[in-house]
Parts: sequence; C-alpha cells; structure tokens
Amino acid sequence: MNVLSPASHQARDIASLWWWMLGASGVGFAVVVGLLVAAWMRRRRPATADDEISTRFVVALGIVVPILVIGSLFVIANIFVIRTTQAPAGTATRLTVRVIGHDWWWEVRYPGTSVVTANEIHIPTRTPILLEATTADVIHSFWVPELNRKIDTIPGRLNKIELEADRPGYFRGQCAEFCGLQHAHMALAVYAQTPAEFRRWLAQQKQPVQPSNTVGGQLFLDGTCSECHTIRGTSADGTTGPDLTHLASRATIAALTLPNTPSNLAAWITHNQQIKPGNKMIDVQLPPAKLRALVAYLESLR
Amino acid sequence: MAVAVLERQWVARPGLLGWLTTTDHKRIGLLYFWTTLVLFGAGGVEALTMRTQLVQPNEHLVGPETYDQLFTLHGITMIFFFIIPMSTGAFGNYLIPLMIGARDMAFPRMNALSFWVFLGSGIFLYASLAAGSAPDAGWFDYVPLASRAFSPGRNIDFYALALILNGLSSTLAAANFIVTILKLRAPGMSLNRMPLFCFAFLAASFGLLFALPALTADCIFLFLDRRVGTHFFDVAHGGSALLWQNLFWIFGHPEVYILIVPAFGIATSIIPAFTQRRVVAFPLVAIAELLVVFIGFGVWAHHMFATGLPTTTLIFFAAASALVIIPSTIQVFAWCLTMVSGAAQFKTPLLFIVGFILFFVIGGLTGIMFVAIPFDQQTTDTYFVIAHFHYIIFGAAVFPIFGGMYYWFPKLTGRMYFELPGQISFWIIFVGTNVLFFPMHIVGLDGMPRRVYTYPANLGWGTYNLVETIGGYITLAGILMLFGNLVVSYFSGERASHDPWHGPTLEWTTASPPPVYNFAVIPAVRSAYPNWDAPRSTKPLTLDVGHQQPVTSVDDAVLGEIAVMPHESPWPILLALGLTVVCALLVVEKYAVAGIALGLCGVVLAAWHWQAVE
Repeated sequence: MNVLSPASHQARDIASLWWWMLGASGVGFAVVVGLLVAAWMRRRRPATADDEISTRFVVALGIVVPILVIGSLFVIANIFVIRTTQAPAGTATRLTVRVIGHDWWWEVRYPGTSVVTANEIHIPTRTPILLEATTADVIHSFWVPELNRKIDTIPGRLNKIELEADRPGYFRGQCAEFCGLQHAHMALAVYAQTPAEFRRWLAQQKQPVQPSNTVGGQLFLDGTCSECHTIRGTSADGTTGPDLTHLASRATIAALTLPNTPSNLAAWITHNQQIKPGNKMIDVQLPPAKLRALVAYLESLR
Repeated sequence: MAVAVLERQWVARPGLLGWLTTTDHKRIGLLYFWTTLVLFGAGGVEALTMRTQLVQPNEHLVGPETYDQLFTLHGITMIFFFIIPMSTGAFGNYLIPLMIGARDMAFPRMNALSFWVFLGSGIFLYASLAAGSAPDAGWFDYVPLASRAFSPGRNIDFYALALILNGLSSTLAAANFIVTILKLRAPGMSLNRMPLFCFAFLAASFGLLFALPALTADCIFLFLDRRVGTHFFDVAHGGSALLWQNLFWIFGHPEVYILIVPAFGIATSIIPAFTQRRVVAFPLVAIAELLVVFIGFGVWAHHMFATGLPTTTLIFFAAASALVIIPSTIQVFAWCLTMVSGAAQFKTPLLFIVGFILFFVIGGLTGIMFVAIPFDQQTTDTYFVIAHFHYIIFGAAVFPIFGGMYYWFPKLTGRMYFELPGQISFWIIFVGTNVLFFPMHIVGLDGMPRRVYTYPANLGWGTYNLVETIGGYITLAGILMLFGNLVVSYFSGERASHDPWHGPTLEWTTASPPPVYNFAVIPAVRSAYPNWDAPRSTKPLTLDVGHQQPVTSVDDAVLGEIAVMPHESPWPILLALGLTVVCALLVVEKYAVAGIALGLCGVVLAAWHWQAVE
C-alpha cells in the first residue's frame, strides 16, 4: 500500500507532487549544509562585524526565496491538484459505494442494491466512483493510498471522495485514525475489476442464500452467531458484526487479519480474542464435530 | 562589605525545608530540572518499549491495551511533562532572571506554586499507570473514542484532570515570565537590547497563556460529558465530535511552536558565544520569534485536513501554514550566516546546535510539504508524520536542550564538563536519531499507519522497523553517555571561571554558581551583549536592604520603583498539594469530599494572602 505506486490519477498527482517537493527540498537542504560547511571551513578566521551583507542574505534566502517557492507549491497543490482529490461533484460519478467504519471492521454497501459485504470493496476500472464514508461508532479513516488520499469517518457526517482505478488489481487499505484496541487490525481490500467482471460479482452478491437444513446452518441460526451477524435469506439479522451472506467469496476474515481458510475460520470462532484481542466477538466454544459443521456451512456461503 | 550584607539578607533556609518552601528561581529551576529529567526517563522507557514491540511483525512483548497506554503516556509526557517544563520551567526559571539582571522572578511564590502544581500533576498522571488505567486514547484524545460510551474506565478522567492541573501550572509560569521579562529587566535593557533568549521565552509564554484556555475548556467539557452527562461532544444529542478537535488543535498547534521557540532561544544564546559574533539580523530574528507563535494561532485546522472540512476552509488554513514558515526560514539563515561570518568553535554546545539546525531543516522541509493539502491528506496519520514531528520535537526542540545543558553547565555547577566525551555523545545521539527516525519517512510513504501495536509480515515494513529500533537504542546509549559525562564532570570536572566561554549575556558576569541574590550590584546595560560591551561607569545600584529588586519600564527599562521580594513560603506547596488531592478525589467520584478539599485550598490561599498583607 504505497503512496508512490499510484493506480489512479488522484494518487498519481499526489505522488508527482511528492517527487517535486522532494527535489526542491533537496536543494534547500543542500544550501543549509553548504552554509554550515562554509562555517566549518572558515572557523579559524576572525569574526566579521559587518551586518549588512549577511542581513541581505537572510532577507533573500529567508524571505524572498521561500515566499516564491512556497507560493508556487501552494498554487499548484491547493488550486490545481486539490480539484481531483476533493469530494467529487454529484454528477461526476457513475456508481456509489458507502463504507461504514465499525470497531474494527468495514461495512460496505452498494446503495440502490441489496448488496452488503465487509472489508472488501469491488469496483469497476476506469469508472469514477463516489465513495461515501461514515461510522457506526468512533472516528476511523478510510485510506487506500494507491487510489486516493484518506478521508475520516465522523459520527453524524457523510464524507466523500472519488475512487477511480486505472487498472485491474488488488489495493490494500487500512484505517488511519486511531480507533481503539484493534486499530492495527482494521484493514480492507479494494478489488478493481473490469466492468464485466464487476457486474458478475455484483449480481452474485445480490443473491440471498438458500435456506439450509444442515447441522451447521441450524447451529448458526440457533446459536449466538445470528445475534450479531446477518445472512440474507435466513432469519439471521444481527448487525453488530459483518454481514456473512457471501462470506466464502471473501479472501480474508476479520478485516484482513487472516486468510479465509476452514482452519482459520475455526480458529477464529473459538479463539478470536487471542487473534484480535478486544474485538467485539466472543470466543465460541463448540465440540469439534459441531465446529466442523459450522465451518462447513460458512464455507458454503459462496 | 555590601556582599556580606546581601549574603545575610538572602540566606536560604537550610535543609529540606529550605527546598520545600523556596522562592529562589534557581532552586525552583533545579527542582524543575530534576523532575522533568525523571519524567523524560519515563517517556523514554515508554518509547523504547514501543520500539521493541515493533521490532518485527506480530511481536508479543505488549498487548494492544498496554501499547495504547504507552503511546498516549509517551506523547503527554514528552510534551507536557518534559519539553515544556524543561525549557520554560528549568531553563527559563534559572536563566531569565540572570539574563535580564534581576534577582528573582516577578512573583516568586507563584513561581513555587507553578512548580509544585506541576509536580502534583505529574504524580497524578503516573498514579493512573499504577492504578492500571493510564490514558489510552492518544495525547490528542479524540472523542467519541474518549467518551464514556467507548472508554468507560477512569483512564480518560485521569487525562482530563492531569492536563487541567498541568495547564494551571503552565499558565502561572507563563504569566510570571511575561511580567518578569517586561518589568524586571536591569535599567538600560530596553526591548531592543533584550537577549533573543528572552524574546523566545516571551513568545512561548504569550503562546501558553492564550492557547491553554482552549485545552482547559476542552478537558472540562470532556469531564462533564463523561461524569455529569452533558452533550458537548455527543452527536446523538446535538453535540459535535469535531468540537473537541477544533478546541484541541486551537491549543495544540500553537503548542508545537511553544515547544520549539525556547529551542530557538537557546540556539540564539549558544551561537554568538561560540562564534564570538553578534547574531545577524537581530531585529528580524526577534520579530520572527514572536511572529511564529502569533501566526501559529491561525493554523490549527491543518491537523484536520482529512475530516472532510470544506475546501475553502482547508485553503485558508493551508495559507496560514505557508505563512508561518517564513519566520522559521528567517531564523535558520540568520543562525547559519552568523556561523559563517563568525569564528565558529565547534565545541559540544555548538555541535548540538548544528544538529538542531539540520534536524529543524529536515523536519521543516517535510513540514512545508503539509502545506500541499492533498499530500497532507495522503500522509497524515502515517509514520511519515511521526518522522516529521520527531525531527522537529526531538531533533530540533530537544537537541538545544542538550546543548544548553553543556553550555550552562559551568554556570550552574562552577565546573567544566569533559569536552571529548561531550562531542562523542553528540555524534552518537545524532547518528542514533537519524537511524531511528529517517526510515519512518519511507515506511510511512509505504503505508504504515500510526498508533498500531503490530503490523502484518507481508507488507515489507519489518526491515525499516528493525532499523528504527536499533536507532532507538543507539540514541539511548548517547543520552546515557551525555548524562554520565555531566555527572562525572559535576564531581571531578575542572573548576570553571565565572565566564569560560566569554558569553555575551549577563549571566556570565556573575559568579558560578550564582549567589542567591544573583548580582551584588544591579547591572547597568547599554547593549544586547552587555558582557561584551562593558557599561560606562554609573553609580552602582546595590540595593541591600531586604529582598530588593528594581522595577523598570516595559519598553525602555527606565528605573521606576524598588520592589521588595517575598521570602520563603510554605503556602505554595500546601496549595499545590490541596489541588492535587482535589483531582484525585474527583477521579474516584468522591465529589463531596473534593468540594471540602477545594474549600480548604481556599483557606490556604487566604492564609497566603494574609501573610502577604502583614
């Protein structure tokens, strides 16, 4: 998740801003080092008393040059570059994704559809997307550096930025505002897909699951799971934890903490407080056979 | 003969009681010094524990609960309990009266009060750690994370009350510095002849005086929200989560200049002494020191660029942030050109100032980058920002403190430090600091966010973090060597003359260490470098009846009246004790008893003033 490997024109503008600023900073730093070296070279000469020439240097290097350089930076960055990184105009985007920060995971919705997922965002490439960010609890910050700058999620506010990926790919994001115990494990994944692939994904995510009579399915509905998690198409409609309707289609669990494999899922159910201490889920103790059945059910939610 | 009279008049009460009731600015300065040094140690242990936790991915030295308390305490400690009290409390207290030719601070008992309240706030803060509920929502303590709903323990109550108490101490100290600098200057030390050190401390004091009320109000709101159920920050009931941030940064951004400005003051003391040259562009530098704090009040929202404020607002604050850079560039080039045109002697204090200039320039250049709003929004809350402000707060604010310790060591102790170990300690700290903080720029651009207790192995952050941790331990070794050198020098250093550096300012005209009354004869001043430009012989002003101190006019320092300064007093320490107890009672929800204790504080204050009337 590197600021300097941009995959959108916004991130590219910011990255080139960085390279220009780094270059100018290098020159400024060299001037100061040069002066200090000069002080070293002529350390044995007696001090001069003349103030006029030195003061002129101070005015030139300390006032005139900085005003010119910082003035140019100000205009380029805050008049021009900011146009692409600020909240987009309502008509400029073609798809809206709403992200809601939770302690400590991301809820992702596609307004106008029934799709709700968690910790991963799928977007079509070369399509300007309006990303709306808010929070269910404390302040978080949505940040996918390869696509755009970060935006805080603030109670009572709906903040907006634009996402537009140049190319298909996987872009990691992470919460950038300290939000409590598991701030460190609050990452998310953005998958930029070709528009056709994206449409397929969205259509698949819209499907509710078929009711299941398996042991695992019943366990989910009867046990504590459904109090906090939703599985669309069943009676499970809790909202404290992530929507699990298409859990098996996701690459990771617990906000990118673990790869989504049956053994990790089992470990998470029984030992999540060791893996992600303080998270809002409880360690669920199940006999091995029931645990296997529950994991099998969850892995069937494609 | 006059000296013998003065010795009798100003003799300090012996023993421990003398220290507990002292009003001598030098003793209070030393009390500040030792206290802040202990707290610096605590902040350092917290920092190294964090660095050790982050040495490799998925390390388990501490859990998230402890880690959050560590980085919160580290920030609070280094800012409120080390840099500010070390620079204003210790350096300012000890040196300002000496530099302006005064015998004490303007309000000696209030000075004692500000120290004892500071000590109380420090003990109170660290009592939270002993109680297992140290503040854990960061030094910036954003709501709603810090609200009762998400932080039901006592952690945040300790935070709010410790900062209110600490703010009281700083406010008292700031008011005292302002009056001292403006009214107690030796006759003839008009404002344009005042040492730049004093300009810096004047700027810092005005900054504290006007910035702290915002923080205090914020902490009171927070405490009320948490304990009484008000809704200042509660969005569900019409409050605002951003109100906390606005008030916090209205304080917090001036605060970062308040941290650095005393360092400017120390630099402008050391540079002329070791170049034997007057500071280039003196008036510009003096104005710059004041301006940096003044403009610093208009930039607070640049800490909030990612909160979704309207673009117009962002541009206004970015413009102010651009403007505030100019006073700093003026000073950097004034220091450099003074060194170029002087005969620079690269002894330990000047080496620390060279280090300071380099760190300040690097941290300043990355600071300029935050004027570019999109870049700020991209890198804020990453390790890039940690790198930036540690170059400023450690490299630029603390290096002059180290340099100043060496520079004024002969004045305080009457002994010289050892030069070669001093220079070696500089190089170790200089290298260590760069190894510690430089890679943070890179790992920040590589996406590592701040305030994470661990990080995954597959992102390539491990190597940078390993190097940073090694740098942390190198820095520790250098700092230990620095203090080791000073301790050994204290016992076995060569005897120092009263003026080993041929320094420019008045503290070098009196004995080392200075007598209780500082100056047997009140100096007469006719230049900004009074020790270099000996005054014309004037009628000596001895003032040896009681604790006499001349009071002069604000601008031209024309002698007005002669004030009589108070003697030792037990009331400041009692009042500070009372206020600390009030806070402790508030934390444990004993409100009625707290009210009684507050009443007792009122009685102590009355008794204090009863004494004053006598």
